[in-house]
Amino acid sequence: MFGNHNPSSFRLQPRECVFMSSFGSALWSSVGKKVITGLTGFLLVGFVIVHLLGNLTLFIGPDAFNGYAHFLETAVHGWLIYAFEAGLLVIFAFHIAAAVTVAVTDKLAARKQGYKYAKNAGGRSRKTLASRSMIISGVVIAVFVIAHIFMFKFNAGNAFEKDANGTKNLFKVVVTAFKDPAFTAFTVVAMILLGMHLRHGAWSAFQSLGWTNDRWLPFLTRAALVVSIVLAVGFILLPVVLFINGDPNAVSHGGH
Amino acid sequence: MSDSSASKGSSAPKDAATKGMTIHLKIWRQAGRQAQGRFVDYTVHGIQQEMSLLEMLDILNEDLIRKGDEAIEFDSDCREGICGTCGLVVSGVAHGKHAGTTTCEIRMRQYQDGDTITVEPFRAGPFPIIKDLVVDREAFDRIQRKGGFISTNVGSAPDGNAVLVPKDCADNAMDAATCIGCGACVAACPNASASLFVSAKISQFAWLPQGAPERGRRALAMIAQMDSEGFGDCSNHGECEAVCPKQISIQNIAKMRREYIKAAWVGADKVRSSGGD
Repeated sequence: MFGNHNPSSFRLQPRECVFMSSFGSALWSSVGKKVITGLTGFLLVGFVIVHLLGNLTLFIGPDAFNGYAHFLETAVHGWLIYAFEAGLLVIFAFHIAAAVTVAVTDKLAARKQGYKYAKNAGGRSRKTLASRSMIISGVVIAVFVIAHIFMFKFNAGNAFEKDANGTKNLFKVVVTAFKDPAFTAFTVVAMILLGMHLRHGAWSAFQSLGWTNDRWLPFLTRAALVVSIVLAVGFILLPVVLFINGDPNAVSHGGH
Repeated sequence: MSDSSASKGSSAPKDAATKGMTIHLKIWRQAGRQAQGRFVDYTVHGIQQEMSLLEMLDILNEDLIRKGDEAIEFDSDCREGICGTCGLVVSGVAHGKHAGTTTCEIRMRQYQDGDTITVEPFRAGPFPIIKDLVVDREAFDRIQRKGGFISTNVGSAPDGNAVLVPKDCADNAMDAATCIGCGACVAACPNASASLFVSAKISQFAWLPQGAPERGRRALAMIAQMDSEGFGDCSNHGECEAVCPKQISIQNIAKMRREYIKAAWVGADKVRSSGGD
């Protein structure tokens, strides 16, 4: 396999590693990009779980939801939300940059002429519709993220109704938005794709960071399936229930 | 492998035994590295169940030579699944649909009379086609030269158990070392990534005390070479493990990433523990 070579070339030369041993250059290698995608993916899964729990206050009532939103916007004199948003923006940027180079540019460069009769090998393969459509589900999720920030954070450019304490009536904005069948349908589709994204991504992140072996991999792939279904169902229930039952003009029960 | 012969036998037992099967083939033909390739249809008669797929191609080539046509180029050597020379994408799957086998281990008893089989070369940018079904896999050799070895003159065999290796480490190393470097992992990967091959070569040494002193340098140097060869990145599809004739697990890819992260984070020469994790 080696052919004829000078035996002196059969040494692991330290100088070959000098350049690569700087952490910055290792970061954008094929392995480095997986580490970035996996780490940011973990952080995003954590965020999505907290986000779902927060959103479930919609089911408690307008006071609970508006109060929760008000808390987030005013905590640490309003700096918490800015720090969180800035962090999320950086996480998203790295996740997308690393994933797009892995799934699009490097992939296309590595096989310019494709197979005519490619089939799935099956068996021990973990290639699924979810794993092959990561880039598509990712793009749709990104579009949804932007759309729902525009609608719910900025109220599509309109001013929010506020009560005497200065608490925004975000509940009304959200419930009104989900009275629109088109936006509700788009949300449901995006959340199904989020479920698919996590079905592959949630275990793949462990593998990307090297935190797997033959013993844990079967457990992790099954756990990813459960996590993705729970999160997708939770995020689909919200718009669907609000579409059917939500009342944008629901009044506060408690009193201020 | 034994299931299809019974059902086939019941359809035309006498026929199959004497005249053999007729098989239709769609084979990739390409005159040279830069030439435009295309699929060419062939039909071969008299194929016995006991033959291998490569023997069928031998028969086809004899026919072609007799007719004055150019024979189909394909690689093979040991024809018993141990050398890693053969490698074809047979009906859409690298090394054919049966798990844990090489192309040369495909028997014609897997097929029925009148079946159509497509045969394509392994396709990847770093595996340029030389001719027809033969691809240049020297990219693997260049990666190996960067660290697929230990830099010591080992001398004669040491006494048994002079160097103690835990059983699980030895098992992991041996499982990785079964890699025959055929390149099916690259061929099957949707991204044309060489991660499974490189990870097998890195982890077979990383699990053992003999490979430990250079584990950091090895991981950095081999992965840098893999990247510079133009292989794609890994998306954890696991298709490589499914086609690998030695069924090498993607746990090696996880191990490779651990090796790389450690070496890049703490420095190549500071990772020198005695083998294992």
